[in-house]
Amino acid sequence: MHPVIRTILQRLGLGLITLFVVSLILFSSIEFLPGDFGEAVLGQAALPETVAAFRKELGLDLPIHERYFDWLGGILTGDMGNSFSGRGSSGGSDRSRPVIELLAPRLANTLFLASMAAIISVPLALFLGITAALYRNSFYDRAVNALTLTTISFPEFFVAYLLILGLSSFTKIFPSLANISPDAEFWERVYLTALPALTLTLVIVAHMMRMTRAAIINLMASPYIEMADLKGASKSEIILRHALPNAWAPIVTVIAFNLAYLVVGVVVVEVVFVYPGVGQLMVDAVTTRDVPVVQGCAMIFAATYILLNLFADIISIITNPRLLHPR
Amino acid sequence: MTDIKDLEKAAKEGRLDRREFIRRAGALGLAAPFAASLLTQSVHAAMPKRGGSFVMGSAHGSTTDSLDPGSHENGFMTNTVFAYANQLFETDNTGKLVPELAESFDANKDATQWVIKLRKGVEFHNGKSMTADDVIASLNHHRGEDSKSAGKSLLDPITEMKKTGTHEVTFTLSAGNADFPVILSDYHFAILPNFEGKADWQAGFGTGGYIIDRFEPGVRATFKRNPNYFKAGRAHFDEVEIIALVDTTARQNAVMNQEVHAINRVDPKTVHLLGRNPSLSILEVTGTLHYTFPMRVTQAPFDNYDLRMAVKLSVDREALLSKILLGHGAIGNDHPISLSNPYHNDVMPQRTYDPDKARFHLKKAGMEGVKLDLGTSEAAFSGAVDAALLIKDSASKAGLNVNVVREPKDGYWSNVWNKKAWCACYWGGRPTEDWMFTAAYVAEGNWNDTDWRTGPAADKFNKLVVAARSELDTNKRREMYYECQSLVNDDGGALIPMFANHIHAVSKKVAHDEQVAGNWEYDGSKAIERWWFA
Amino acid sequence: MNDKDDIIPSEGAELADQGYSAAAEVGVIKARRTFAQNVWRGLKSAPPTALFGLTVISIYVIFAVFAPLLAPYGEAEIFPMSYAPWSEEFRFGTDQLGRDVMSRLIYGARNTVGIAFVTTLFAFIIGGGLGITAAINNNGWLDNLLSRSVDVLMAIPSLIFALILLSMFGANTLNLIIIIAVLDSTRVFRIARAVSLNVVVMDYVEAARLRGEKMFWILYREILPNIMPPLVAEFGLRFCFVFLTIAALSFLGVGIQPPTADWGSMVRETAGLIQFAEYDFTAAMTPMLPAAAIALLTVAVNFVVDWFLHKSSGLKD
Repeated sequence: MHPVIRTILQRLGLGLITLFVVSLILFSSIEFLPGDFGEAVLGQAALPETVAAFRKELGLDLPIHERYFDWLGGILTGDMGNSFSGRGSSGGSDRSRPVIELLAPRLANTLFLASMAAIISVPLALFLGITAALYRNSFYDRAVNALTLTTISFPEFFVAYLLILGLSSFTKIFPSLANISPDAEFWERVYLTALPALTLTLVIVAHMMRMTRAAIINLMASPYIEMADLKGASKSEIILRHALPNAWAPIVTVIAFNLAYLVVGVVVVEVVFVYPGVGQLMVDAVTTRDVPVVQGCAMIFAATYILLNLFADIISIITNPRLLHPR
Repeated sequence: MTDIKDLEKAAKEGRLDRREFIRRAGALGLAAPFAASLLTQSVHAAMPKRGGSFVMGSAHGSTTDSLDPGSHENGFMTNTVFAYANQLFETDNTGKLVPELAESFDANKDATQWVIKLRKGVEFHNGKSMTADDVIASLNHHRGEDSKSAGKSLLDPITEMKKTGTHEVTFTLSAGNADFPVILSDYHFAILPNFEGKADWQAGFGTGGYIIDRFEPGVRATFKRNPNYFKAGRAHFDEVEIIALVDTTARQNAVMNQEVHAINRVDPKTVHLLGRNPSLSILEVTGTLHYTFPMRVTQAPFDNYDLRMAVKLSVDREALLSKILLGHGAIGNDHPISLSNPYHNDVMPQRTYDPDKARFHLKKAGMEGVKLDLGTSEAAFSGAVDAALLIKDSASKAGLNVNVVREPKDGYWSNVWNKKAWCACYWGGRPTEDWMFTAAYVAEGNWNDTDWRTGPAADKFNKLVVAARSELDTNKRREMYYECQSLVNDDGGALIPMFANHIHAVSKKVAHDEQVAGNWEYDGSKAIERWWFA
Repeated sequence: MNDKDDIIPSEGAELADQGYSAAAEVGVIKARRTFAQNVWRGLKSAPPTALFGLTVISIYVIFAVFAPLLAPYGEAEIFPMSYAPWSEEFRFGTDQLGRDVMSRLIYGARNTVGIAFVTTLFAFIIGGGLGITAAINNNGWLDNLLSRSVDVLMAIPSLIFALILLSMFGANTLNLIIIIAVLDSTRVFRIARAVSLNVVVMDYVEAARLRGEKMFWILYREILPNIMPPLVAEFGLRFCFVFLTIAALSFLGVGIQPPTADWGSMVRETAGLIQFAEYDFTAAMTPMLPAAAIALLTVAVNFVVDWFLHKSSGLKD
């Protein structure tokens, strides 16, 4: 079997095991959290008998392993289950909300925002990183470094507030609310998500840019680069033709890490811009102990992480002949 | 359109904006300043008028919200339910109780039996006519063994509910209650169409002034005007959208950038700055909302009367009001009856910060040097952690050692409140004395967070509440409630330092009656059907 | 510093007085510069950005250590006037409760920087130790167990997982440190394992193994000194991330117990003021101060890290 395919299969298998363990950990963590769905939803108004009624209807009175295997059985047959919320105060639960219905539109929003941010930030980071390596230790290099470092050093919510102040309050270029509705047009979406995407760009560009620069500079001491130098290749030719192809592995790893962050780590940005994404859904679900929704979100996040890492590994292998054709 | 009268009419109806009005008036030969003043006069003199699309920013909203009225617990859903559905009674903008879907009501002498006649010819959004069956099904939705409704305990006193005509329901109560119609005005008890004897909440049909267009829990709800609405002079906007804006900064940004027309829960700390925005006006209403620090009288050391008194005297209420609410509220007198309630006791002396007297009580209790844990969290109310720190500061001057413990927001209501001996809490307040006392202070109450149930003072209080409930003589009733308030103030475990105002920021384009209801935020959560575009 | 110390006679300089000996001459030449001399030489060659970073870090450390002496008022001392303007008495005004903002900024250095430092240190002890152990045990059961567990932990969104764990165990400072340290140690583990893998195959490690040295000895004396540069660089970056994570957690309402001053919650408490910059400029500056304090330190640390990485990469420009 081709080593690339073998690696992919191996990783996918490990990924499934990881997913399983993640679901187990989160399921039991929420079990250990104080309070349950009934108490959390009723808040100050919780009465012992109403909470008991909730427990009975949601099956929370069953032992934990039964509930877990129930959920696992559902997932294996492609059913993510129903949210605890949205059931009637009395009578049957015939119309409670399926997790997938809650999750799908929000996942679409999250992916849209993540792609927007990625489309801006990845090329920008590569461009800045390569040029910084090219003009190493010049004023340009130092300025780019200091600037990106400054943006990464501000807390996310602060970057967001500054952007709102500058581009929304004072100049009214972009709206401060990014609460897109499901039937918004494509360009309207782009317009509404401009500020959150810009915030995320500022937050992640530094990491990717620095890794690009460092990976290229790291290779500059290699004998084959010296060779290229001696044979009279120009500086940009050395970097683009000789260094960059060998630097892909660490760069792609960092890009994958940041893309995963764009999908799973944007809770704070969602809160500030009132963006209906998955992060907010998961935080809400955790506070209300809505276990099926928590599990659904966690599965999506973990799968994203695993797939992006796999993707990064594949690119590392493909760009490295020594790994592609092992002895 | 060549006549100035036509222009005025168009401006009143909102068909013309200010600039267009002046331009056209100029074309008619009127000078701009004169045209502008004409516009101001005419719009201000205008009666409520139809039209426009109103966007409301709500400080609440969660992905777990649902259209089931039994599950409503936040401002987003109360505004939604009052927009698409009606109750049997409503509290109007002056605080008076008026029939809504009820037409008239009649009680027997001891207020145990109520006959409620329903309004005829009211249709649900699906075209079905409202009858007694719908009322019974809607109320039964909250009753019964396995009901999970938050309004269940309010309806517990109903022993029987009988259809005595297609438009008449007769209620029998286990004990007399002169305020029964007030309870039926609660937002939980929306009248929904019945489907095979059960309230059909899933479809989202009501009798209200607005028909639900889209409902995305925790994000937004959109509505279209109900052309068939039974109330005259209500529901002026053509379209309405409620947006959940939980983050305070995001909310204030949205209204400042005119992305929404109104917001609630303005941060008292920055309200003076927000007020400087030329497009906004600040709408502040004194309501029944109060912040409390209940001491559980059954747990040591709060079982000691003198220690409780020492705590009550060692709290600097003025500092709390000025630093937590920045003056946007009123001082509390350790009882839950607000200035806007009908029987607020205004003859009882106000308790003030008195470290010496507190020290005296502390000494009498023999508890000098006692360390008191005070649980707090932003879940209790915004500023609760800061408020606890202020209490710690003022109490230390009276020799009381208060230890502030910040509890997690998560699970605060199930693990801290009503469990720990002393913690921070809020009460939205209730429009009637009986309702407030029954909710949180009577012996059998589930939410009696001070656990003040026994002892001579508590016994007397409990008897008074029951007696006052069926007392129809206003003067006698007032006397009883005055005494109830002084009993809670003196012996009870409630430390109630302040009542908070509802603060909204509203676009100047939006108009409303001079008098705005204070029972909930947003004009009693009925801004959607009461307000209009100027 | 490393194993060569044992071979070099430290009394070489004394021997030189007693007449010539080959050992003595070698000793003199090899005599290592003192620590202070090394630092001085390093500083002289440092670029201005690194010097700037070092200066900033030193100032922060001084403020953190001597906070009670430097702060004009107590950390939780409450004055009657809330939102007092900037003045002689209150250099940066007072906050919403009437506490001196400058004093809280200074105490914030102690709390925020202290907690972030301890957390990062823990993360490195756990992650670094396990990472090297896994590398020594390359592809053994221990390595596989550790690596897979780390994969699992990394697949859970860390901010949300931290929120869950904090509500589970209670949001106090100790729990905060432990939880973030454990979650963060997964990243350290990866780096430590990756760099150690290159070292464990070296001959001197093999030699130590054949000598029958204990695992801990190999870890501590043979591998650790040789993987220090990348780890130190990573330490700087991780320190910044921990810092920002704590700020984000404070933003979401868990974090350090009040009335302890920390910069993240200070930004959070006053962030709403920024939007009123056009009406009240100094008020809008209030959240900028702690945010700038965070940003300045992260920039400083990263400048130093950059320089360190540059030195250790052996590149000569």
